Amino acid sequence: MARLRQCAIYGKGGIGKSTTTQNLVSALAELGNKVMIVGCDPKADSTRLILHAKAQTTIMSLAAEAGSVEDLELEDVLKAGYRGIKCVESGGPEPGVGCAGRGVITAINFLEEEGAYDDELDFVFYDVLGDVVCGGFAMPIRENKAQEIYIVCSGEMMAMYAANNICKGIVKYANSGSVRLAGLICNSRETAREDELISALAAKIGTTMIHFVPRDNVVQRAEIRRMTVIEYEPNHKQAQEYRDLATKIRDNTNFIIPTPITMDELEELMMEFGIIDQVDESIVGQTAAAEAVA
Amino acid sequence: MAALTREETEALIQEVLEVYPEQARKDRAKHLAVNDSSLEKSNKCITSNRKSLPGVMTVRGCAYAGSKGVVWGPIKDMIHISHGPVGCGQYSRAGRRNYYVGTTGINTFGTMNFTSDFQEKDIVFGGDKKLAKIMHEIEELFPLNKGISIQSECPIGLIGDDIEAVAKKANKEIGKPVVPVRCEGFRGVSQSLGHHIANDAIRDWVLENRDGDDSFPTTPYDVAVIGDYNIGGDAWASRTLLEEMGLRVVAQWSGDGTIAEMEKTPKVKLNLIHCYRSMNYIARHMEEKYKIPWIEYNFFGPTKIAESLRKIAALFDETIQAGAEKVIAKYQAEYDAVIAKYKPRLQGKRVMLYVGGLRPRHVIGAYEDLGMEVVGTGYEFGHNDDYDRTIKEMGNATLIYDDVTGYEFEEFVKRVQPDLIGSGIKEKYIFQKMGIPFRQMHSWDYSGPYHGYDGFAIFARDMDMTLNNPCWKQVKVPWKTDAEDSVAVKAVA
Repeated sequence: MARLRQCAIYGKGGIGKSTTTQNLVSALAELGNKVMIVGCDPKADSTRLILHAKAQTTIMSLAAEAGSVEDLELEDVLKAGYRGIKCVESGGPEPGVGCAGRGVITAINFLEEEGAYDDELDFVFYDVLGDVVCGGFAMPIRENKAQEIYIVCSGEMMAMYAANNICKGIVKYANSGSVRLAGLICNSRETAREDELISALAAKIGTTMIHFVPRDNVVQRAEIRRMTVIEYEPNHKQAQEYRDLATKIRDNTNFIIPTPITMDELEELMMEFGIIDQVDESIVGQTAAAEAVA
Repeated sequence: MAALTREETEALIQEVLEVYPEQARKDRAKHLAVNDSSLEKSNKCITSNRKSLPGVMTVRGCAYAGSKGVVWGPIKDMIHISHGPVGCGQYSRAGRRNYYVGTTGINTFGTMNFTSDFQEKDIVFGGDKKLAKIMHEIEELFPLNKGISIQSECPIGLIGDDIEAVAKKANKEIGKPVVPVRCEGFRGVSQSLGHHIANDAIRDWVLENRDGDDSFPTTPYDVAVIGDYNIGGDAWASRTLLEEMGLRVVAQWSGDGTIAEMEKTPKVKLNLIHCYRSMNYIARHMEEKYKIPWIEYNFFGPTKIAESLRKIAALFDETIQAGAEKVIAKYQAEYDAVIAKYKPRLQGKRVMLYVGGLRPRHVIGAYEDLGMEVVGTGYEFGHNDDYDRTIKEMGNATLIYDDVTGYEFEEFVKRVQPDLIGSGIKEKYIFQKMGIPFRQMHSWDYSGPYHGYDGFAIFARDMDMTLNNPCWKQVKVPWKTDAEDSVAVKAVA
């Protein structure tokens, strides 16, 4: 049996991490791999396309009900879905209360202690909340957890900012552990020269754009049915895209410590591709009214 | 052993500082001084109220300790919830010896521990619901409570619980004061910020409760005792003197105190401050808002007591002034007898202190009444206004140390060789093992009171029985000959 590979998916909020992860994981399962998804987001929407469920009951909500996490058994929280993919959600509080980060830490510790990472597994994927706001959301990339990070991004300015920032976080943990950047996944928003732009960004950071996932409405059609494209319409060309992504990840050996770029470099890159205009320093801080007078 | 000269004391400080790495040396140098009583302002010689250095073994506490342990905890008819995990409340429970009158568990709650006992799920999902539930449980189980305070432990500030909203809602439902206190332990550099936060909470949630209500009949002689925590009965021994001189003590803050007394305090004529450090904030606020003047006093030892009684009386009419003289005269035979008995046994003995809020300066007079000399003193969490008040009390060329480190204190003691050390439980056994008589000056070593004339008799007896205890003759270092065993020999002598 091959060594268990643990991968974490990061990226700006709303970029399509959960959808991409579940389609990718389905394709890996189709290729005969044993896979587990660990949702690390209090919204708990990382496994619904695999389980055909609205939202999986989470470790933290079960723990709150039972009294403490020590009162739980692994089978209470682990559910098998499409092609036997194991699904678990860490869960957490409603927005505005408590500490979601602590929820992720507690949940992952529980999975480790209870032996969820068994010898049968080939892959574990952590689907992490968009913004790494505190130590809790960095839990999946600490010592002995995810070794490969994939960042989902697009050709939009904020998505690229976020990708670069996440790389800064990876550098911190890469220097003290074995976590490495494994590539950028471009989830297309159909901006101009998007594939070239993300490839250029990847090159600057020291990695590659592992795959360009085109935009297709079939993804939404499948989602409405709480299914992945792989399961809903396996012969669709979009399903093949996810299979390509899965194969590339399976065969990937390009794991590096990223070299995040400065804000100036990033802005230069975006100007080169026409995403933003040359900054005119004279207009900074000018209101529309003041501009009209001038 | 003869007193150190200024030059010798300065050299001692330099020698002690030498072992530190450069940055620590630079920092610690600012906290150690040779006293110069000619100075007006202590900031010329010492820095205080700064963050402790990691690794120096400071004995400071935290903001929670300052609020729950010091200011709020002694208010006996309220229930103080240690909000967070169980340890903060449980390991500080009943440790401070704030005496009170009442039936514990029925109408008073001083030595009990109430906690929300946070679990993992309370951190993740927030503790507000649990807190709200606790309020109602308290109301059902202890219906004679007069209010609740919520003492925040660290996690409350980290997870952003809205304890103010819970408090407001519970206040409406229960109809009693519910006070949220943001005294998370990580705030500030010591327990000192906790005192300030606790004072502010009283200001915002308690003090105004009877504004506009004149039903409480007042007299021209109404005073409040502020900053006496009734350790071993201190406040009782103080209160009786004030009452005998003709004043009416309306409130005790907060030893053996109640929330009703606090609410009435804005109606008094004068606030009397004993522990300035922990309660000057509320006195200043009442001065500003209610135009109530305040003065500091010192009830340790007959000299300072007489001085204080006259200083307080001077702010009232002739009746009270005569009352003060009557009190001083009444107890004279008693304290003269105490001095006659103990001074010959203690004369010339030298003391080093390291304590908390007011004692590093306030007890100096009491030792001097017994013919003793304080040759070193320092505050765990004092500010420079404390040191301003200290430099006048201490002899020239004596040692002053702020937030002293374990190493510094030991080295100073080895060189200065005091006959007695007055400090806390964390220091006690180290110095006793060095063969030096030691008294705890936070808890009075399970004795007290030490305030007032009654307290002075106990203070004198305790110092004598510690210092002249035959046990010190038995302290021998087995691997040293008698001649080498200087510390033990000195203690015997």
